[in-house]
Formats: sequence, structure tokens, C-alpha cells
Amino acid sequence: MSELCGWVGTVLRVDLTRGTISKEPLNEQWAREYIGGRGVAARYFYDEVDPQVEALSPDNKLIFATGPLTGTNASCGARYMVVTKGPLTGAITTSNSGGKWAPELKFAGYDMIILEGESPRPVYLWIFDDAVELRPAEHLWGSGVFETEDALKRETGLPDCAVAAIGPAGENQVLFAAIVNEKYRAAGRSGVGAVMGAKKLKAIAVRGSGAVRVADPAAMMRAQWNMKKELSDAPLTSDGLPTYGTLALMNVINEHGALPVNNFQASQFDGAENISGEHLNETRLAANKACFACTIACGRVSRISDEGVGRYAVTTSARNWKHATEGPEYENAWSLGADCGIDDFDAILKSNLLCNDLGLDPITLGATIAAAMELFENGKLDESQTGMELRFGNGDALVALTEMTAYRRGFGNEIAEGSKRMTAKFGDPDLFMGVKGQEFPAYDPRAIQGMGLGYATSNRGACHLRAYTVSAEVVGNPDQMDPRATEGKAELAIAFQNTSTAVDATGLCLFLTFGTTLEGIRPILTAATGIELDERSMLQVGERIWNLERLWNNRAGLTAADDSLPKRMLREPIVAGPAKGEVNRLPEMLPEYYELRGWSPDGEPSADKLAELGID
Amino acid sequence: MVALSGALEIEPEKCTGCKQCELACSWIQTGTFQPSKSVIRVHVFDEQASFAPYACFQCDEAWCMKACPVHAIDVDESTGAKIVIDEVCVGCKLCVIACPFGTIFFDKSSDTATKCDLCAGDPACARACPTGAISVAEVDPGAWLVDFGKHVDSAYRRATEGDEISNSPEDAR
Repeated sequence: MSELCGWVGTVLRVDLTRGTISKEPLNEQWAREYIGGRGVAARYFYDEVDPQVEALSPDNKLIFATGPLTGTNASCGARYMVVTKGPLTGAITTSNSGGKWAPELKFAGYDMIILEGESPRPVYLWIFDDAVELRPAEHLWGSGVFETEDALKRETGLPDCAVAAIGPAGENQVLFAAIVNEKYRAAGRSGVGAVMGAKKLKAIAVRGSGAVRVADPAAMMRAQWNMKKELSDAPLTSDGLPTYGTLALMNVINEHGALPVNNFQASQFDGAENISGEHLNETRLAANKACFACTIACGRVSRISDEGVGRYAVTTSARNWKHATEGPEYENAWSLGADCGIDDFDAILKSNLLCNDLGLDPITLGATIAAAMELFENGKLDESQTGMELRFGNGDALVALTEMTAYRRGFGNEIAEGSKRMTAKFGDPDLFMGVKGQEFPAYDPRAIQGMGLGYATSNRGACHLRAYTVSAEVVGNPDQMDPRATEGKAELAIAFQNTSTAVDATGLCLFLTFGTTLEGIRPILTAATGIELDERSMLQVGERIWNLERLWNNRAGLTAADDSLPKRMLREPIVAGPAKGEVNRLPEMLPEYYELRGWSPDGEPSADKLAELGID
Repeated sequence: MVALSGALEIEPEKCTGCKQCELACSWIQTGTFQPSKSVIRVHVFDEQASFAPYACFQCDEAWCMKACPVHAIDVDESTGAKIVIDEVCVGCKLCVIACPFGTIFFDKSSDTATKCDLCAGDPACARACPTGAISVAEVDPGAWLVDFGKHVDSAYRRATEGDEISNSPEDAR
């Protein structure tokens, strides 16, 4: 066995076409160069998958990867990353989730699962320590995520196993289907669930009884003690996130005039207060919930009001929705709420719950419905096509379309393609609000310049988790920068991208960075792995992964032309609010970004840069 | 009068379900992170939005002790914790069967029973808990085991203050 610490040293390889399972040692050199999670998985993916592959074909691979800190006591070390070619974007995608699924995989003895091929019939993967089996899942095909998890816990006889599953959306290859674990935690974006559905893999259920060893146990306990203290001293991780969850942002971003409304037609929402964290706490919050080993506990458990229970009747397997459900996160309250002009919290909660049960990415779902609403109001769509009065503010339409989309019923079949394809089909592609086929999250890049650059250059399409410059430009963490200025934003975006990527590689949650820095994380990583990395070399790992992903994307046919923003962001100024008159000035930032990255003006990593990073 | 003993005082309403306690407990025992070896467990009641850490209550009338045929379970004088003496334990699992709360475990790798020993008075789980849901308290079991505890307590009193010590579960009703 391996001498590795932190990592458990074994990769599980599953050939779904042949139904065979093999175990191989983790590539130690890659573990050192790319740390883990997003990094090591990207390295395997780069090595093994032709960038020209069709995302939903058997030749695409689906990788579930943990990091060396996953399953240790490091605060927030609960994450896994799903790496594959995203059907929504055609780019490499890296979709992250928490909960306890990833630690269970480590305790079972595996750092990573590589899934290849396509099963001839529905199956699920069962892992209990050394025992790994592909089992028939015909009886689960068609079930929601909740029912699947409950059924697997019953039939495997291990109620404590963790289940990551797809719902009907993944089975029906909705292009933004998610993979959901523990019912409410999701690897949400870019359609990783559709890839799993195409492979006819319904779920991965895992239970582990083994250990994650660390290089220096005493140092690990000390480092984690310090980390816990650091997080409990920092305002965002001790107060902001635990008190209001990510929804703390709703009122903040609205006040900054950066909250996109009605498919980015406006940037402040009259109903923001009704869908804010403050309002959730007063009316619907049941409890906080933490992911494994998390000392922040930002998760919300909320209840739909009695009135809302009666109002939104849809057929679903989400049996427990009358009681407690999780969420919504800020992103989802925005996409299903403000972006669709909806401030009815019950409608948002219900739609969000359905997204979890049916296995949908709520960001792309809400944004695509918002684009359809604009098409409808502009007369490009009518009721004979949509089957409903699809206007902004219509909560009933939102809930109905959520379910129709997962099953590709009626107009839901159009929503299921995402807004880039949907707006193009109905004659107004400029109404697609996103990058590389993936919809924007909840920050108007005209009001926060750095976010525009971050969206445009993100390797997996528009995303808030790749370069969260909001932190500096709005929240003032670590230093306050002017959100309207473009100076220094290229450097800022790169710093955030490299940092976030490095954190993603460790198996830690990105939210740690609201309370600490890479320098704060470093002692934990060193104690766990025994590998001394200074802050600079951690940043370089982030940079290495970023360049590798970029290289893969370039080979998949993505170019500098894909590092762009929709016309509305570049040429239509914000109409009202604090950011009135602003557009995103991407052309002022992008050339500098390429230059600082060491890329050609066409956005290709230079030979020198690749050599410096040790990428061949 | 029943002697007070040390025990973990757990406030479920403060628990977020993060399982730092399980990680810390397994670290104390093994030097690794292995929740399956933890003797404190967090039960998650999803639909009730409730999380319940549970560990040995350090019962006054400890049925594990009574059930043990080789007297491998003893009281740590300094804390009042019931502890398993590994060298004496023969791995028969009678204590696991006897415990009404499911808080004594059998460890396959060492072939012995394992249970919470209060870490000699400074429990790692309490230190690791980010929300203060776990602390050590001097407790009268009857005060917080609610009805069941009262039964146990009164049976104990009857037994100790009377003439005979009863092992019959009937007496606990």
C-alpha cells in the first residue's frame, strides 16, 4: 500500500460498458503536483479523455474526486468534485458538493472514482469498504433523488450510507441536470447529472468504516484548533454565514444595485426583502445544518408555510416537503426569485425542493425560465407554445415548469436545453445571459466589473465560484476595491481564480476563504499530507490546474471568442439604481488578463508558461 | 443519596450535525480520522431538522458493568466514568447487548468493547464541538434521563437502600 497520508491512495475505476471494477494506486506524482480533488481529477481527465468527445457519449468519463483533507477533521473538509465534459458548455466542468458523501468515500478507502463507458441497463454502484459492486437499478429508474436515497438505505441494510444520485432530470439528460447527495447537497452545474444519466448510472451509495491517516496527527489537531478559532473570530464565518446562510447576500447585493432582475433587465428588486435571509429567519427557518466537519454551518433547513403547502400541488416523490427542506441558497433564491421577478418565498422554496428531488441545477433552471419569460413578454413566445401565461412574477409557472423540465414535458422540453439553445431556437439569442453556454449566477457584471472578467474567463462557463471578486469589490474582504473600476481587476480575478482552484484541490470548502487565507490553510495541509507547501507553491498549484483546464478547453475548440459577455452586459447600460449607466468594460480588462496569465492574445497558454508550470 | 458522577451533557438544539465530535473521538483512540471507531455518534433526524449526538450516559446503575462476566468494566474514580479495561475484556459483547442506549460498541480490530471514558475528564469531543453542544457536567442521572432514568434511579435506590441488590430488569419497571 501507499505511503501517502491525507490521501488514502486508491482510485476506483469502473467500466460501465463491461460492468467491471478495478482498483489502482493513486498517481503520487500527480497528487503532489495537483494536490487532489479538482486538480488530480483534471490531470487524469486531461490524460484520458479526448477533448473532441461528445459529452453524453460513452467516451466521456465521469470522475468523482476528493482531496487530501476530505474526511479529516479540517474545518469544512467535506467536498468532492465531479469532473467531466459538461453537456451544457462543451467545456471541462468541475462541479463541487459537500455533505458527507465524500468523507464516506475516503473512509471506504478511495480518493477517486473514474466512471467509463455506458451501462446497457440502469445500475447503481455500491461501495462498502473493499466490497464494490454494480447492482441493477431498473427499480429505481424514474424515481426522484429522495426516494432513491431512502430505497438504497433500506435495501442495502446500511441506513448510514451516503448516496449521490440523479433524479428524472439526469435520466432524461436535461442539459443542466445535477448530481445530488444526501437529498440537498448538489454537484449542480454544467449538466454533470446528464452525463451520469447517459451512462445509466442512477446512484453511488457508499459506506466506509476505515481511517484517513494524517502525517502528523498532533500537528493536525493543533492546526485545526487554530482554524476553528480563526473561523469563529472572523465576522463572516462566525456570524454572517451561520446566521443568515448565503442568503445574507440578498439585501447586500440589492443595495449595491447588482441584483439581476427579470433576466438582467434591471439590477434592483422591489421584492428583495421578501426573499432575503432576514425574512427566511423570521418566517421559515427551522435549523442550521452543517456539512461533515464544518465549523461554520451555513446550511438552512426551512419550512414552506402552511398556505404554500396547499397552493403548489404537483406530483412528486418529495414526501417530506411539508416539513423541513433545505435551502434556499442565495443563488437559488435569486435565480428562481428575482431573476424571474418572483418574490413569493413559498414558490421559490417549492421549486428549489423540486430541483433537489428531480436533480436540476436551480441557477440554470431559473435563468432559463427568466429568458423564456422575456421572450414571452416580447411576443417571441405565446401561450400556444408554452401552455401557460409565462410572465415575470408568475410563481405558479415557475413551480409547474420545474417539474415539466425534469421530465421534458411540454414546454419543459425546451427549458431542458438551457437558455443558450432555447433563446436561439425562438429567435433572440441575445437574451441568453451567460458565458460558454452556462448562465450567469446572481451578480450583475455591469455593477461589479471584476465579476464580468471572472465570468468571461471561467473554464466551466459563467460561475461565481471561480473568481468571487464580490468578496473584494463589495464585501471588502480582504481589501475593499471599487466595483466600478477596471484597474487592477485582471490581477484580482487571477488571484481569486488561483486561490479558489487551490482550495478546491484540497477537498475544503471555498467558504473557508471568508474566514481565512491560503496561509491559514497551509499548516493543515502540511500536517495532513506531510508535504511542505508554502503559499506561493499553493497558488502555483491553482495556476497549474487552471492552465490545464484551459488547455483542454482550447483543444475542445473553445477560443478567446468564448471569453465574452452577452451584448446586454457590454452595451446596454443599467437603467436605474446605484450602478445606473454602467456596462461591463471587459475589453479594458481581458488583454491584461491574458498577458498576466502568460497567454497569447488569442488566449492560449504560452509554451513558456506551460514549461514553468510543468505541464507537458 | 445517589452520588453525582461526571457525564457528557449534550444540548441537541445547539448541534449542527457536523460530526467534529466523532472525528475528535476517533483521533483520541486511533490517531487517525475514523468515525466508525467513535464512541460518540451524531444521529441526524432529517425531517425534524434535528441532530442528536449521543454517547454513554455513565449510568449510575450501569448495566454494562452488571452484564460483564469478567469484571472488565470499572469506574474511573477521578471522573465517575465507566471504563473498559482492555486487558480484561474477552470480547463477549454481553455489555453491548445489555446497554439500553446502544452506547457501548464492539471493536472488531481489537476484539474488545469500547465506550466513552470521558477522556479522563477533558473530552476531545467537547473541545472539538464548534457550537458548545457538548460539555462535561456533574449530573444526577435521574435529572436528565427523564422517565427512564427515574425508573433506573428508583430501582437503584430501592436496591442500595434496601437489603438486596437486584439484577432483575423487572425491578426497573
